[in-house]
Amino acid sequence: MLTDLSAWAVTAVVVLGALSVAAGIAVFVVDSMARATFALLASFLAVTGVLIAFDLDYLAFVTALMMTIEMAIMAVFMIMFMMNPAGLMPMTMVHNARGSALVGAGAFVALTVGIWTIDWPVGEVTRPADSTRQLGEAIMGSHMLAMLVIGVGLFATIISGTLLATARGRYDRFGADLRAARPNDPVPGGLPR
Amino acid sequence: MSDSGAGIATSAAAWGLAPAVLLVAVVALLLAFGVAAVDRLVVSGAGSRAMWEPLRSGVRLMAEERRTTLAPDSLLWRLGCASVPVLALLSLAVVPLGGRTLLSTSADLVWFNAMESILWAAVWLVGWGPNAVHALTGGYRFLIQGLSYELPLMFSLITVGIGAQSLRATDVVAAQESLWFVLTMPVAFAVFLATAAAFAFWGPFASPAGVDVAGGVRSELSGVERLLVELGRAAFLGAAAAMATAAFLGGDAGPWLPGPVWQLVKTVGVVVLFVLIGRRLPVVRPERFVEVAWMVLIPLTLLQALVVAVLSLSGFYA
Repeated sequence: MLTDLSAWAVTAVVVLGALSVAAGIAVFVVDSMARATFALLASFLAVTGVLIAFDLDYLAFVTALMMTIEMAIMAVFMIMFMMNPAGLMPMTMVHNARGSALVGAGAFVALTVGIWTIDWPVGEVTRPADSTRQLGEAIMGSHMLAMLVIGVGLFATIISGTLLATARGRYDRFGADLRAARPNDPVPGGLPR
Repeated sequence: MSDSGAGIATSAAAWGLAPAVLLVAVVALLLAFGVAAVDRLVVSGAGSRAMWEPLRSGVRLMAEERRTTLAPDSLLWRLGCASVPVLALLSLAVVPLGGRTLLSTSADLVWFNAMESILWAAVWLVGWGPNAVHALTGGYRFLIQGLSYELPLMFSLITVGIGAQSLRATDVVAAQESLWFVLTMPVAFAVFLATAAAFAFWGPFASPAGVDVAGGVRSELSGVERLLVELGRAAFLGAAAAMATAAFLGGDAGPWLPGPVWQLVKTVGVVVLFVLIGRRLPVVRPERFVEVAWMVLIPLTLLQALVVAVLSLSGFYA
């Protein structure tokens, strides 16, 4: 199975994989929200490197792009809501340490045993000349329904999450009869309306 | 990374890895100096002598003693400062120089976009690191601005990809042999330039480093770290100008003169356009730009992408 990859790629996958696990552990070791967030980002960027080694360029770059933006936004909320944002006081990211360690180790053993004992199918699939094009054709073709459902579902989640989080609705903005010409917003928008 | 499907070998394959990397680094430095020099020239109005001021202040920053703050997060701060110029270099790696890119992947435009998005983390860290309120305010402003400019930037890059039927930078240049993309994608071009100014937090989008917060993310920077961040910003603007040339202005295509000369002329033209327009506009408040971006720029860029998709389907770009 691994013979498809060059020695360089295998080395890169092993090193970056170890790096991503190490950075993942660092999330729970460091005592600062900012450092925890960016340790998690380092872990994701290592996974990006693994995807690049697998020649999955588009997926790799999109992973880096999405995860960086997500972590940057997450840092804002972590620092806003969590204890001890700057690591100036001792803190721990771990709760119920013994139980979670047991669950984690159990899941790791189950997955590893599964991965190495299952008789994976060895197909005669040739690697695509252009993985980006293949991915695009899959998303816009054979897997379009699934992707659309996921996309709309995610979008609906975002909108409902925002709706639940915001205290203000259209009656606050445009008055009880919704007739106000200009919305009454605490922060004025940039458009002249 | 896969080279399959590439019509043109990467510069690393053609000229050797070290010369290719060196070329990107030298071009990045020249672009950064070009941006800073034109900027000084336009802002100071003091004639051609002002052009050399960035070099002078750069040398001075190298010799300047670093000052620090109380209880900074040094690791993250230095990481952020060093990342800014490195990301500028990496984003230049997919811009065709002399017809070849240092990296050639099947998703070059996404790579460019990803390097710019990692800048979110870098700039925020530059603001977070010093444990100082003005710097942190600047970092937060950058994120707010990012939420506004990111999607229009993505859509404008996607529009280029639709027109070229490829996300590979050399394919994008090749697809403009008969017609520059700027003619059918004027909105995407304008939005790309505006968002480039936004991710370099420069010109009208300079509020993360605004004077009203004592320099924002830059307020606590000194010495080499200030030099790195300033260099990275200028190099990012230069890289964006070079990318705009490749993606919208036909890259190195042009009559009579050799390709690299044309590319240089166009890139310098875009830089001058950047500075002449950008320096004449007032600084936009990030919270006001949000509504403009989401209500105007995103629909406009989506419409632009639709027009290009229809043109592409009708065989216009074939």
